Amino acid sequence: MLINILSGDKPRSVILTVLLLGILVALAFAPFLFPGVRSLETAARICIFIVLVASYDLLLGYGGIVSFAHTMFFGLGAYGVALASENMGRGWGSLAVGTVAGAVAAAVLALVIGLFSLRVRAIFFAMITLAVASAVAVLVSQLSGITGGEDGLNYSIPRELTPAFRLGEFLGVKINGKLLNYYLVFFASLALFLMLLRVVNSPFGRVLQAIRENDFRAEAIGYRVIYYRIAATCLSAAVAALAGSIFAIWLRYVGPDTTLSFEIMLDILLMVVIGGMGTMYGAVLGATIFVLAQNYLQNLMGAASEATTGLPLIPDLLNPDRWLLWLGVLFILSVYFFPTGIVGRLREGRRA
Amino acid sequence: MSAAPDHTPTFAQISLSERIGKAAPLLLVPVMVALGFLAIGSPSSWLTLTVSGLAMGMMIFIMASGLTLVFGLMDVINFGHGAFISVGAFVGISVLLVLGSWTGAPSLALNVAAVMLAVIAAMIITGALGWAFERVIVRPVYGAHLKQILVTVGGLIVIEQMIHVIWGPDEIFLTRPETLKGAFTFAGAAIEKYRLLAVVFGLVLFVAMRLVFKRTKIGLIVRAGVQNGEMVQALGYRLRLVFIGVFIAGSALAGLGGVMWGLYQEVITAGMGEEMMILVFIVVIIGGLGSVEGAFIGALLVGLLQNYIAFLEPKLALVSNIALMTAVLMWRPQGMMPVVKAK
Repeated sequence: MLINILSGDKPRSVILTVLLLGILVALAFAPFLFPGVRSLETAARICIFIVLVASYDLLLGYGGIVSFAHTMFFGLGAYGVALASENMGRGWGSLAVGTVAGAVAAAVLALVIGLFSLRVRAIFFAMITLAVASAVAVLVSQLSGITGGEDGLNYSIPRELTPAFRLGEFLGVKINGKLLNYYLVFFASLALFLMLLRVVNSPFGRVLQAIRENDFRAEAIGYRVIYYRIAATCLSAAVAALAGSIFAIWLRYVGPDTTLSFEIMLDILLMVVIGGMGTMYGAVLGATIFVLAQNYLQNLMGAASEATTGLPLIPDLLNPDRWLLWLGVLFILSVYFFPTGIVGRLREGRRA
Repeated sequence: MSAAPDHTPTFAQISLSERIGKAAPLLLVPVMVALGFLAIGSPSSWLTLTVSGLAMGMMIFIMASGLTLVFGLMDVINFGHGAFISVGAFVGISVLLVLGSWTGAPSLALNVAAVMLAVIAAMIITGALGWAFERVIVRPVYGAHLKQILVTVGGLIVIEQMIHVIWGPDEIFLTRPETLKGAFTFAGAAIEKYRLLAVVFGLVLFVAMRLVFKRTKIGLIVRAGVQNGEMVQALGYRLRLVFIGVFIAGSALAGLGGVMWGLYQEVITAGMGEEMMILVFIVVIIGGLGSVEGAFIGALLVGLLQNYIAFLEPKLALVSNIALMTAVLMWRPQGMMPVVKAK
């Protein structure tokens, strides 16, 4: 039963199993274990990023395709919900319409980009997605009449999902709409993640892996490489858009910085690489570690920077604004020395 | 023994359509200029826009040429190329700011000397940086596209952030040297001096590059290496050394492009390389990966189209490049002038 839920893809390492269970329990009971607005915010972010990173892993880790447009799809989902809520008014209907519209738009856009670039060379895809994603980001901030431009959009979601909707108290924690909203995020993310796990362990996922290892041979065996690559692109785009929709429902705000920026794209790349490409569970570990680090390490950097004020250059290097610098270094080092990521290392350890 | 069968090889005449097909990309630039003329209507605005489009195209070409060659020669795709553009701009502009008394003087000789010094400094620094980049970042991941993309993106971020650390987080504004300021009027159209200079400079550089490729031995090795690297190595040339040389030269050219772009925009930011990378990628893709001529034509097309569209319908300027790329890829999925690989 349990193995069926995991689609037969067991963690295959004791430490990994313990870590995953720990993360699952922590996220499932986050409002009770870690009361407070900030920790709930962090927990929701982790859930959403697990889905986003897992959908990217489908593309990068299983399909061997590098895309720089994943935030664009994420943003499409988020703006779908935002625009629907803005124009159709507050209600569950507009959330549903926005979510579906965002996912469909993402899949169609992915199909078009894939048809143009994957047909020839897989590396075209990396460049073209970079170009298209930056064009879309600029477009969104320019079309301020529709998208709110740089300021983004604030909108209201059904009352049942906001803190104003109170139900009472349980174990010293207020049960309100925010809590319900968190569980919506949690269960939607869990369902999407399990679905992705199902996909990568299906015959379809197997073929994708075969294409990643040797596309020429896969084609020779009789699989149409291009179909599989495009299908993976569309699926991953649609799931990213769904993650974006969940994010928009949780945050009640969308803006270019929170959904479309290149920085988020880098975050996703780093989470996949640190966690372990092509493992799905890597997405869970990568996203959890990264979001926690992002939330709490930046404060540490600020403190370190202040502590070293007298020295030349070092305070500048430790400035919290230079967070990206250290990410970049970490990124390069992990691609070199840690290509299988945490999950890969844990699994190797068991075999040895 | 019977005589060998009569065999006289015949060469089929190349049909007219095939000839046109080969030359078609070359015709695109004049076609684009003519279409621009029809769309804009006023000859003087058209002339101004054409000059600035060509200037922009030349600068993009200078930045793109290194990238496309590096790919053609060693199958290395360098997403960190944009970092060299930014570094070049910052080094060059810093030199110009230090030489403020030279650039402020209304003397052509002093101005040109200052710009030359800035360019040389920028090219040396970016060339050295390119060498280090190849050594540290690119070399360990030969033959693996996926890792190349990831690692070079990491390199781009690190270099960009180091610019922030060294030069501070703010953009730097500058003014062009005295004699390069302003515009002159030609046939009723205002033409900025600097843009015309950029066009001339770009053309000279392109011709020089072509001469190196077509007339010198090193050019021959590079061209042969792009077509069939293994054979070149089998003939006894150390292609790795050639490649490192091309990588350094390409990085230095990116730095040069950065200085020129900085002078053109009169403001530089650490993120400018990343922004230019988008255009550079579009140019390299529509030109055909590995093809210098293709990149040249692609760059001119992108520059011209962007300027025309920015005049006609400003909001569409960025999307127009994507549309151009889509159109070209629909016509020729490998790019306009794909490099024929002998494999």
